[in-house]
Amino acid sequence: MTESKNMTRRRLLQVLGIGSGAAATLTAASSKLGNEDLRMTMLDALGDMFQNHFKRMDKNEVQETLARMERKYAAQYQKDIKVSANGALPNTRYGYALNLSKCKGYRACVQACVAENNQSRDSEIQYIRVVELPHGTYNLEHGNHYYEGEVPKPDHTYFPIQCQQCDNPPCVQACPVEATWQEPDGIVVIDYDWCIGCRYCQAACPYWARKFNWNEPQIPVEEINPETHYLSNRPRPKGVMEKCTFCLHRVRQQRMPACQEACPTGARIFGNLLDPQSEIRQVLAHKNVFRLKEDLNTEPKFWYFTD
Amino acid sequence: MTAFRFIKDCTRAAFTGGSPRFVAWVGSLFAVSLAGVWAYSYQLNHGLIVTGMSDQVSWGIYIANFTFLVGMAAAAVMLVIPAYIFHNQAARSVVLLAEGVAVAACIMCMLFVTVDLGQPLRFWHMIPGLGRLNWPQSMLAWDVIVLSGYLALNISIPWYITYQRYRGRKADIRVYFPAVLISIFWAISIHTVTAFLFIANPARPFWNTALLGPRFIASAFTAGPAFMVLAFRLIDRETSFKVDPKVMRLLALITAISLQINLFMVGVELFKEFYAPTAHSASAQFLFFGIGGENALVPWIWGALLIECIAVVILMVHKLRQNENLLAIACIFAIVGIWIEKGMGLIIPGFTPTPLGEVFGYFPTWTETLVSFGIWAIGFMVFTVLARVTIMIETGRLKLGTLGESQVLE
Repeated sequence: MTESKNMTRRRLLQVLGIGSGAAATLTAASSKLGNEDLRMTMLDALGDMFQNHFKRMDKNEVQETLARMERKYAAQYQKDIKVSANGALPNTRYGYALNLSKCKGYRACVQACVAENNQSRDSEIQYIRVVELPHGTYNLEHGNHYYEGEVPKPDHTYFPIQCQQCDNPPCVQACPVEATWQEPDGIVVIDYDWCIGCRYCQAACPYWARKFNWNEPQIPVEEINPETHYLSNRPRPKGVMEKCTFCLHRVRQQRMPACQEACPTGARIFGNLLDPQSEIRQVLAHKNVFRLKEDLNTEPKFWYFTD
Repeated sequence: MTAFRFIKDCTRAAFTGGSPRFVAWVGSLFAVSLAGVWAYSYQLNHGLIVTGMSDQVSWGIYIANFTFLVGMAAAAVMLVIPAYIFHNQAARSVVLLAEGVAVAACIMCMLFVTVDLGQPLRFWHMIPGLGRLNWPQSMLAWDVIVLSGYLALNISIPWYITYQRYRGRKADIRVYFPAVLISIFWAISIHTVTAFLFIANPARPFWNTALLGPRFIASAFTAGPAFMVLAFRLIDRETSFKVDPKVMRLLALITAISLQINLFMVGVELFKEFYAPTAHSASAQFLFFGIGGENALVPWIWGALLIECIAVVILMVHKLRQNENLLAIACIFAIVGIWIEKGMGLIIPGFTPTPLGEVFGYFPTWTETLVSFGIWAIGFMVFTVLARVTIMIETGRLKLGTLGESQVLE
């Protein structure tokens, strides 16, 4: 099946070759003028336009794509940005548990997440939403999303919500072009270069975890995190979806997600669900945990508990 | 090469020799569509941020129009069934025009989805083989397939019939009947699939109700025939094509019945949402009464229900319905009422409150409004051109060999 798809695609590329032939003539002309950069830029633009689906790329294609991306980012931000494409570590399935008794609503996780994952600053894309709730209810409709001033306020609880990395993700099912999928380590990712920006996944997500780039993302150069991954925090184009990836680029290097590291109260427990010795497994075994909107059968890998 | 000549003659006939009123009509549609193109280029440059949409309300007037128009496209079947299955001569005389409405509506649907995309140049990702169409999992993938198929059916059947007539032959029903049968089921399927697109989301309780499917069909069979009453009346007045009064009676009857079924289902929804309101009733609360100061839709939805009720009264009282002008008013009320109710009245409350309980306002911007008007203008142009050519062929004025090199029609 994949074979035949590849064949069809190659045929398309041959057809498109006529168009790119014209472009190549142009680029050849420009190289005669000694403008090697321009030639490169034009070839890169074509490469961008006809870039394959990430899961259909072979190893060489991935390497070429990453190199092209790094050239593009260097030109765009005047800064060396590394893009890797490390696969999932063997025997990993990541899970998160959050202690609601410890969360004080500081939003340190939100700040750390934005710094780590290169979200657009002017449109204020954030993957974590902390909802302030009056004591006595977990009905989110009574919550305040935009609380200000000193926290924790008396008689209030704080409820941080981000992508729940569902094992049965409605967003993946909804996507008309397979631009989003679940990796072997259980993380739901997006190919930003394949997403067509229809936002059907955003309608399908019960956790409001998916965010759209309504404009060209703006990040001050000095604030860009240059260590990036194809499937997580590399700079995104406008008109595509993005979401929390449990800091995939960090956790695949055996590091903790940025939000976990940033939390000053130790409310966040992250780990490998397949490792019986992991802290997350201890929490799941010994705490009375619950999951958000469990009635929707999305099977989140994100649990909440209280002391 | 006759087929090539057919296209050439049709194109020439469509765009030459119109009356000043016709030229003014097409000219103003063209101007509006240009304004739409200009607004769209602005949106392409700056991104969808120039619309009123947000992460909270992530679909707006584009998808509202899309939903409404899928219904308009499906409604052609209300004339296709009597024309081809029951051999109703009156329906037969206008069925090609109804299929023209379906073509125009389908094209508008596709345009409304396209302008809603963040990355429209990546549309090829949806082409099976080249891209990766997530079929059968994604309901949006289903919608792409059924809409393109329906468009193809509604182009090919009238194409065959008019082409035969153009060549002075009789269209053989045995050739196109299988396609007609398929198109009948297909018409129901496009609107059912579009309903499934919304029903499929347990994340959005307002849409996650099985009643949405039947409601979509009932509202489609209200707005579609009502639109055809208006269009046929205009054609009857402005062209040499005389529409059989029986057609108007048939369409008015279909509108009257469908609208009542639709209103009944609205009533059932209202009972369910407000007799024993749960946390899931917040969207209906927002739509009909407003929540926390956000009540932009309240006057619209009550206005829509009011004019729908007025339309029912006109359509059901024999004396009132027989008055041509009152009938036209009833049809306009039915169309506008349904447009509000299953357009903005369906899409926006689905997103309000958000899954995290936030109530966030949405109002279409000028850019969005202009783009929408532009697409409507394109749709009207498509229908005008198709109707004009169809009428010429139906009345025998456009035939193989009638259109000389410099001959001008009308």
